[in-house]
Amino acid sequence: MATHEHAVHAHAAPQGFIRKYVFSLDHKVIGLQYYFLALAAVFTGMFLSLLMRIHLVWPNATIPFFGDIKPEQYLSLLTMHGTIMVFFVLTTAPQGGFGNYFLPIQIGAPDMAFPVLNMLSFWTTLLGFIVLIAAFFVTGGAPLHGWTGYAPLSALQSAGPGEGLGADLWITSIAIFCIGALMGALNFITTTLDMRAKGMSLMRMPLTVWAWFVTAILGLLAFGVLLSAGILLLMDRHLGTSFFVPVTTVNGVLTGHKGGSPLLWQHLFWFFGHPEVYIAILPAMGLCSQLLSVFSRKPIFGYKAMVYAIMAIGFLGFMVWGHHMFMSGMNPTVAFSFSVLTMGIGVPSAIKTFNWLGTLWRGRIRFSSPMLFAIGFVSLFVVGGISGPFLAQPVLDIYLHETFFVIAHFHLIMGVASIFGIFAATYYWFPKMFGRMMNETLAKTHFFLTFIGAYCIFMPMHFTGMGGLLRRYSQYTEVQWMHSMAGVNKFITFAAFVTIASQFIFLFNFFWSMKKGEKAADNPWEATTLEWITATPPPHDNFGGVTPVVYNGPYEYSVPGAPKDFVMQTDPAVGDMDQKKGKH
Amino acid sequence: MGLVLLAVIWLITLIGSYFIVAKTWWLPVGASAAAASIDHHFTVSYILMGGVFILAQLTLGWFVWKYRDRGAAAAESAHYSHGNTTLEAVWTVLTIVLFVGLNLASHSIWAAERIDPAQPGAVQVEVTGMQFAWYFRYAGPDGKFGATRPELEDASLGGAGALGLDSNDPASKDDVITGVMVVPVNREIEVILRSHDVIHSFFVPAMRFKQDAVPGLAIHMHFTPIQTGEFELACAELCGLGHYKMHGIVKVVSQEEFDKWLAEREAEKQ
Repeated sequence: MATHEHAVHAHAAPQGFIRKYVFSLDHKVIGLQYYFLALAAVFTGMFLSLLMRIHLVWPNATIPFFGDIKPEQYLSLLTMHGTIMVFFVLTTAPQGGFGNYFLPIQIGAPDMAFPVLNMLSFWTTLLGFIVLIAAFFVTGGAPLHGWTGYAPLSALQSAGPGEGLGADLWITSIAIFCIGALMGALNFITTTLDMRAKGMSLMRMPLTVWAWFVTAILGLLAFGVLLSAGILLLMDRHLGTSFFVPVTTVNGVLTGHKGGSPLLWQHLFWFFGHPEVYIAILPAMGLCSQLLSVFSRKPIFGYKAMVYAIMAIGFLGFMVWGHHMFMSGMNPTVAFSFSVLTMGIGVPSAIKTFNWLGTLWRGRIRFSSPMLFAIGFVSLFVVGGISGPFLAQPVLDIYLHETFFVIAHFHLIMGVASIFGIFAATYYWFPKMFGRMMNETLAKTHFFLTFIGAYCIFMPMHFTGMGGLLRRYSQYTEVQWMHSMAGVNKFITFAAFVTIASQFIFLFNFFWSMKKGEKAADNPWEATTLEWITATPPPHDNFGGVTPVVYNGPYEYSVPGAPKDFVMQTDPAVGDMDQKKGKH
Repeated sequence: MGLVLLAVIWLITLIGSYFIVAKTWWLPVGASAAAASIDHHFTVSYILMGGVFILAQLTLGWFVWKYRDRGAAAAESAHYSHGNTTLEAVWTVLTIVLFVGLNLASHSIWAAERIDPAQPGAVQVEVTGMQFAWYFRYAGPDGKFGATRPELEDASLGGAGALGLDSNDPASKDDVITGVMVVPVNREIEVILRSHDVIHSFFVPAMRFKQDAVPGLAIHMHFTPIQTGEFELACAELCGLGHYKMHGIVKVVSQEEFDKWLAEREAEKQ
């Protein structure tokens, strides 16, 4: 098998700038391209949220270079913020970025299984981003139907400004993104199954690889459904079909549709949308498991349980989408079944949390910046996690649905926790990717400001949500019970100012360290996985013509009797660690 | 660094749990029959999940400080262990019992609120959402709602015109249409939710009531107000640029006042 692979996959190192850095077939370059796309997207999305926060507390303020924010513009901002963040940041950076760069290296492969497909999937994703951003600049502006795009609001051009060309571009962008994501998913699955080095059995794969692998399976099953839903929605808008629209009138004018079901869109959307949450968080879970082990100098607690938990989350992730629809008019008995399954998916998540704490227990923790973000991830994951069982119970969701309690929940767990995963990954792998270390002082400052800032922003939102503050309101001046929460809202906005400002510390550190950072050794963190046995940055074929052979599991730290406190996966001298595991 | 992390994590936990215990922010006063049981279940969940939050954060903070790398001086290396199957089994079972048990405990409330239909004799109110207003319709003495036709809808007319009420239908003659929802106290109210255009959601926090109004569907729901007064309602599903001002009032009055009010509205129609 190995010889066959080399014939196919080890394409020659490219010459010339365009082949090397632009239309590159190298998974490492493509990974970086994804990463920089996500970096541009995250700052765009963050800027939009800043405008929203300003508008919420000073609804009449004029923003420099932007002017007044009208209600429909506020809704465009939240639609674009959500879409950019979910698709082009949380799906793009952890999977497309780090997954692309490190999955092949961590399994000992010279590249992805299908390099051309890999290149195509990036350029497709980039096209999707450009089409999405274009929605800001067309007549009527960007759509106002939210990132969930509920029909009929998203299906009727007359339903509001932004629902014309802006909405078409939004749907098209998502459809393009889906195609890119499907190609990527195929590539990840094939690569993981077929391209592992000798000795890299499934149960020796790092948990990062497991997470990317299961995420890819989720992507393969979920994005196809969203793609179809998007095409149906475009047909409703332009070809006179009525998949999602029943008899409706907008402002007393008949829309001409009949017989469609608005709930069908919700079912299709959330069939994608809920697995999407796990697409965003699983890679971060895998990575933080990895980092907690590396920096505690201890094997991961319960490797097998972690693998099974990832699988369970992936499997159950497809059976809980209805919990977004408790108030939608769906059959209440069905709603309760979804609710039980949703509480069930909390179990593997809790197992992971226990295992993270178990990994720290009796370790020797090194507080390097990647570790700080991994610890922060655990803290945020717990906080974001425990609000889940409130929303998962339909009885409580009656009140909490569409309030800021929901905003607090999903921002903490799929937003901030995932982004902490991305930060941790950046600080951890930066030396391997760019050959230099990032500045630790700046990194630690960045960590504490972001960690405390995130809590200051999202913790109070639980309480405003309990007070009944509704999301997607461009102003809280109209309804008395919401108007009375202006003070807390102001605090949240100030916290957002500080947190957003501190992201520029990261940005500065990132680009400064690329040029001026301290030169990195090949294995600066003394970690065991395969990316640390190769040169920094890795050569074109990853291992310089050598194919690594794996003898050990990925988390052999502080092995009694070993010369150092870490045993590389490729180290045959210490023998087969799998044998020893049984004794402990 | 371990100590700083411990301090930060514990401080966040302390502040968070202060607000949990002090109930600085809480659900608004409940004014429906279901509010007490829903709020009770909320409180139970709050205590359990608050406990998990505090325990997990305290443990995390404590571990990162206690198990920090104390440098070369420390003789002991990290403990070499791949986990503990018994522990795994214990916390898996505990979590299943906690999460699923908590949920099953709420089934009777959910069933009473959503699965069981309204009692016969409930006061029927049809609630219709459209960009960006709510209309409330009462069937009148005949107990029948008159037919509505989408092609007759004209929002600029307000009232019957906005709903597209068919004046040729005899049942429509005594229908009362208002912009304020008036209901009698201590009677079950059967809400029939409709929408003309996009999805809206009828949210009355004090009644612990929320339900989407979906075009093409007539969704039957019920609640029982137990307190008189005026309670704000607002749209809870993004419905377009005027979403933020699509609000209104539920006025809960005594049965006599309700009958009198309805009779006056009937009289106005003549």
